[in-house]
Amino acid sequence: MPPHPPLDLTKGTVEMAHGAGGRAMAQLVRDVFVAAFDNAALRRGDDQATVAMPKGRLVMTTDGHVVTPRAFPGGDIGSLAVHGTVNDVAMGGAVPLYLTAGFIIEEGFALGELAWIAGSMARAARDAGVSIVTGDTKVVERGACDGLFITTAGVGVITDDRLDISGDRARPGDVLLINGPIGDHGVAILSKRENLAFETPIHSDSAPLNGLVAAMVAAAPGIRVLRDPTRGGLAATLNEIAHQSGVGMVVREADVPVREEVRNACELLGLDPLTVANEGKLVAICPPEDAKTLLAAMRAHPLGEAAAIIGTVTDDPDRFVQMETAFGGRRIIDWLAGEQLPRIC
Amino acid sequence: MKYVDEFRDPARGRDLARAIADAVEPGRRYHFMEFCGGHTHAIARHGLADLLPEAVRLVHGPGCPVCVLPVGRLDMVLALVREHRVTLCTYGDMMRVPGSGRDSLLKARADGGDVRMVYSTLDALEIARANPDRAVVFFAIGFETTTPPTALALKQAEAEGLGNFSVFCNHVLTPAALSAILDAEDDGVSLDGVIGPAHVSTVIGAEAYAFVAEGHRTPVVIAGFEPLDILHGVLMLMRQVNAGRHDVETQYIRAVTPAGNTAAKALMADVFEIRPSFEWRGLGALPRSALRLRERYARWDAERRFALGDRRGLEHRACQCGAVLRGVLDPRDCGLFGTACTPDTPLGACMVSSEGACAAQWTYGRTYGRLRQTPSKGRENAAPSPA
Repeated sequence: MPPHPPLDLTKGTVEMAHGAGGRAMAQLVRDVFVAAFDNAALRRGDDQATVAMPKGRLVMTTDGHVVTPRAFPGGDIGSLAVHGTVNDVAMGGAVPLYLTAGFIIEEGFALGELAWIAGSMARAARDAGVSIVTGDTKVVERGACDGLFITTAGVGVITDDRLDISGDRARPGDVLLINGPIGDHGVAILSKRENLAFETPIHSDSAPLNGLVAAMVAAAPGIRVLRDPTRGGLAATLNEIAHQSGVGMVVREADVPVREEVRNACELLGLDPLTVANEGKLVAICPPEDAKTLLAAMRAHPLGEAAAIIGTVTDDPDRFVQMETAFGGRRIIDWLAGEQLPRIC
Repeated sequence: MKYVDEFRDPARGRDLARAIADAVEPGRRYHFMEFCGGHTHAIARHGLADLLPEAVRLVHGPGCPVCVLPVGRLDMVLALVREHRVTLCTYGDMMRVPGSGRDSLLKARADGGDVRMVYSTLDALEIARANPDRAVVFFAIGFETTTPPTALALKQAEAEGLGNFSVFCNHVLTPAALSAILDAEDDGVSLDGVIGPAHVSTVIGAEAYAFVAEGHRTPVVIAGFEPLDILHGVLMLMRQVNAGRHDVETQYIRAVTPAGNTAAKALMADVFEIRPSFEWRGLGALPRSALRLRERYARWDAERRFALGDRRGLEHRACQCGAVLRGVLDPRDCGLFGTACTPDTPLGACMVSSEGACAAQWTYGRTYGRLRQTPSKGRENAAPSPA
């Protein structure tokens, strides 16, 4: 390949040529993505990755990321693109192994920021113990996308034959658990977007949950449901599960962990923490006899220190998710209608 | 902001609930209207109706700015976007409110209209500054609480000579609406007292309700938005009823004074004047019930700058928002409630705003099996329903 001027990562921008399949694209892929994600499968330079799979059931998922702003307290679009997909694989009880990454980049995007985001993805992948093994790059005309959209797909494996985790398995009498306080991600994004300066900066909870899940399924292989309450928050996730399983739920408001600063911010902004997005939280549902063991296993993990039992699954043909309010009344927890905050992930 | 917890202390709530139960005199009923949507929302969110005895009933009032805006005004704002191609800045709640033919700002935006969701008038000013070649219109709605910020934005636009900014003014006045409701008691609602608005009263002051207490011989207690405030307000109203009094009392003493915020009132008077008449959804045309920009600010008045015409607006035929807003119909007794009309597919404004009686009932008021119950009488909050 004839020499090509090196990429200018300080002042350079992405041009249409960087997505056109020519030398410029090869250089972008090599100097930005391969350089950051570095692994054997990627280095071979094929259009697909050939990887080894342990014996077990294959789990796969895909997730698009369009968050704005691209950098926020506690994360960025790159780390989010890794965590989101790692977590979706993990919620099946699987060990995530490999990711793919597709980039849709707007013409004129700063190369320096792209390299920085690739670096953030690489760090997040390393922390989560996964490799980004293949990818795709497209450049679109100015105005055709807002800066950068990233789609990741993930593959993992369930090696323990006893595991059967799905949103349709909740049964009346089961116990609801969560691994920590809700609403951090949505409020962090909003505070950055609206330039709201809170006394205590609120950081996104974006984190890879596969380590926590591994500890949980080892301690309580009878776990029936795992799901991460991202868009739509805890309210949407509980309603999804209630519908899938054909059950109701009762949640005790006083037991749902919410950081004081998040609660205050929600109060100020007129939001309900239950409908605010999370990126490092999971809801677990298990039979009552496993609840204590599972809670202990969660609390023993750094990402589950503030884990709590928040309610129970009930027999309810209407599939209502109800809340016992701290004030002693009862109300329905409904799905969020319309959009609360667009483009939070 | 720890104070929120103190006003949500469940133990004190139970004490107040006991005091309320003890205050009930045999054979007497206590039907109180909470005028303000903020109260409606809080009552539903905290399940306060569950804590009240049978004789005490809360009736939702029309104090939801999104809900009282008639379809005609929405059609005008849709015309600003679709026909005049302006950049429209609006509070999020207005995006989903249906105009004629189920059109909405959300649909107008999807069709390529330039609609921006803002959190304050400051955002709208900033958008106007950043887009000098665009006509930027702020969709001003709300009672006296949101009026001073609009007045300030207009002052700022004047000071900066911001020629591409204007305001589509829909600010309305609380006392006029309250008066209309009490005048129309033969409509089927009979009220024994009114829980006065919290934030509105910080601006207009407690004295603004003297005509209600005296003219309509109806007690008024201005209460805060926290659950303990509301329960305390209910208890204060009951004491007035028991004593045969009809005074204006303030429970929300930490924020409301007799005269209100004189600086804000002066600011409003400087920028706005009272319209001879304004159409309210559900209440009809009410004299001297809304504000418009004074002549001096004509340059920033979207109604003067753009030919919008007078639009009648077509409500969905079966929508009963009007009756719900007047307090004569329980949301659950509307044939559309929970079937054709839900927060995801709102046919009327009361199902859109979280302060709307229908949305509050839908989001928080449904309890196990309640949707299939026989219609309730009057428009009372749901009684406790153990599941």
